[in-house]
Amino acid sequence: MNAYIPVLLFIVIAIAFPLITFVFAWILRAGRYDPIKLEPYECGNPITSEAHDYRFSVRYYLIAVLFVVFDVETVFLFPWAVMFRKLALFGFVEMLVFIGILVVGYVYAWRRGALQWV
Amino acid sequence: MRADLIALLPELMLATLAMAVLLAGLASGKARHGLLGAGAVLALAATGVTLWLAAGATDPGAHFFSGMFVLDHFAIFFKALFLLTAALVVLLSHDYLKRNDYRPGEYLALVMFATVGMMTMASGVNLAVIYVGLELMALSTYILAGYFRREVKSHEAAAKYFVLGAMSSGILLYGLSLIYGATGTLDLATLARVLASAKPGPSALVGVALLACGFLFKVAAVPFHVWTPDVYEGAPTPITAFMSVGPKAAAFAMFLRVFIGGLAPLAASWIWLVGVAAALTMIWGNVAALTQDNVKRMLAYSSIAHAGYALVGLVAGGPAGVNSVLFYMLVYTVTNIGAFGFVILLESRGYAGETVADYAGLARRHPAAAFGMLLFMLSLGGIPPTAGFMGKLYLFAAAVNAGYVWLVVVAVLMSAVSLYYYLRIVLQMYLREGDGAEPATLVAAPWTERVIWACGVAVLVIGLLPAPFLAAARAMAGAVGLL
Repeated sequence: MNAYIPVLLFIVIAIAFPLITFVFAWILRAGRYDPIKLEPYECGNPITSEAHDYRFSVRYYLIAVLFVVFDVETVFLFPWAVMFRKLALFGFVEMLVFIGILVVGYVYAWRRGALQWV
Repeated sequence: MRADLIALLPELMLATLAMAVLLAGLASGKARHGLLGAGAVLALAATGVTLWLAAGATDPGAHFFSGMFVLDHFAIFFKALFLLTAALVVLLSHDYLKRNDYRPGEYLALVMFATVGMMTMASGVNLAVIYVGLELMALSTYILAGYFRREVKSHEAAAKYFVLGAMSSGILLYGLSLIYGATGTLDLATLARVLASAKPGPSALVGVALLACGFLFKVAAVPFHVWTPDVYEGAPTPITAFMSVGPKAAAFAMFLRVFIGGLAPLAASWIWLVGVAAALTMIWGNVAALTQDNVKRMLAYSSIAHAGYALVGLVAGGPAGVNSVLFYMLVYTVTNIGAFGFVILLESRGYAGETVADYAGLARRHPAAAFGMLLFMLSLGGIPPTAGFMGKLYLFAAAVNAGYVWLVVVAVLMSAVSLYYYLRIVLQMYLREGDGAEPATLVAAPWTERVIWACGVAVLVIGLLPAPFLAAARAMAGAVGLL
């Protein structure tokens, strides 16, 4: 049972942290409101309309999905790089195969025009 | 290391060739249907040869990749069946894709990727490996179901299949995690040992129940069948044919391996669960099929019912039960692909070819075609001298010998019910006149016709001379245990 005490501690801290942060922010902040503060942040530009009024291009979604795929690639590259010496040639070949498969996907996405913004 | 790669060679090869087909499809665009189709069939055939060589070069009892992967006779049987299914579906799709003007590259590559996933499922003896194979198969099939992107029904099929499939995968994973938590292993052989040595706690039993729910979803058994009719109706017809045999057979391979293999010590706990599901599946699948006017929906309910029959073999268990399921999967594959081939042939201008009424008077205009459809319907209904009869006979015999008479009584009664809707099509073809403005005619689709011919011959040959096929299934399932 003792082994679970760190887990319990972790849970307590995870719950306490946002609570404490909110309480301190509530005590410390000046509390001055004006309409501009309530607007969504748009890189300093005045907003022109509500988000619901516009239809977004599906390409945002496509790019995001592609980003996730290649982002995961780098997630796997880091541990490989750390263990590079130990894994030696086997790890190197394995990684080449992995990257090769991703390159096929990349070439496919590229040639089908998924990276083009029309 | 070297032996590991030899055992995995068929999968590696098919995956590589699938990527090659994908890139070739990219380079050649829409025009090269024939070339890409031929390439895919050759790739599947080459994988079959590789499978044969790999099987010869490895020990069927050996474990590879630290005990995660086997190439036993059970796996070889299923892999050969998957390759056959994929090749038939590729041939079936050729004319259909061309007629509907969709790109062949991605389609063929996805069929091949799904096949790689199914092959991995048949070989995995570790729950994690089986799950990875399952997801590869499922994700490819979700996309294939929505491949006809200019058709709303195809979208609907893909969306429903994806959402429900993802949820069932989640349930399955939750079951896996509970079993892992209770026993500390994902390896099926170790799992069987651990479960046999100690009385399992409630968490292991809940895990098994959740696992059963996930598996029953994948084989489309009641009460997890609701996705089937909508998905089968909306998906491109060759893909419907594929889904009704390939992924279903793969799910049965996984079901047999995990439940009769790894979870055998808990049989007393899960056998009634699967038995009741089998009975409900046979009853509901057949009764619901009675009222369907759309042939694709009718065949979807029929495929639910057939999953119920195959589950009877799973409940029977033992070598006899396992090899009767294997044999039944072979029979069902050739029969169902043939039947869906006809639906494809009938889909012509003016007629969707999807309603039962479209078959009216077909026998006079196309006697050979009508006779073929008669054969497939009889086989699905389980009438001699077709393969379907032999399949059911061995399945039910195994269940009677194992003492599940009540289940066989339900199965036989429901087979009788199923004859009504199978023979309804036959009745339309032979005894009714076409009352539509324009009689349904068959479209010219030479490759589809050849596949139907091949399936028709197979149905008759297996029906009249079942011994060699049955012996093959028996040798495959009986030679070694499932672990």
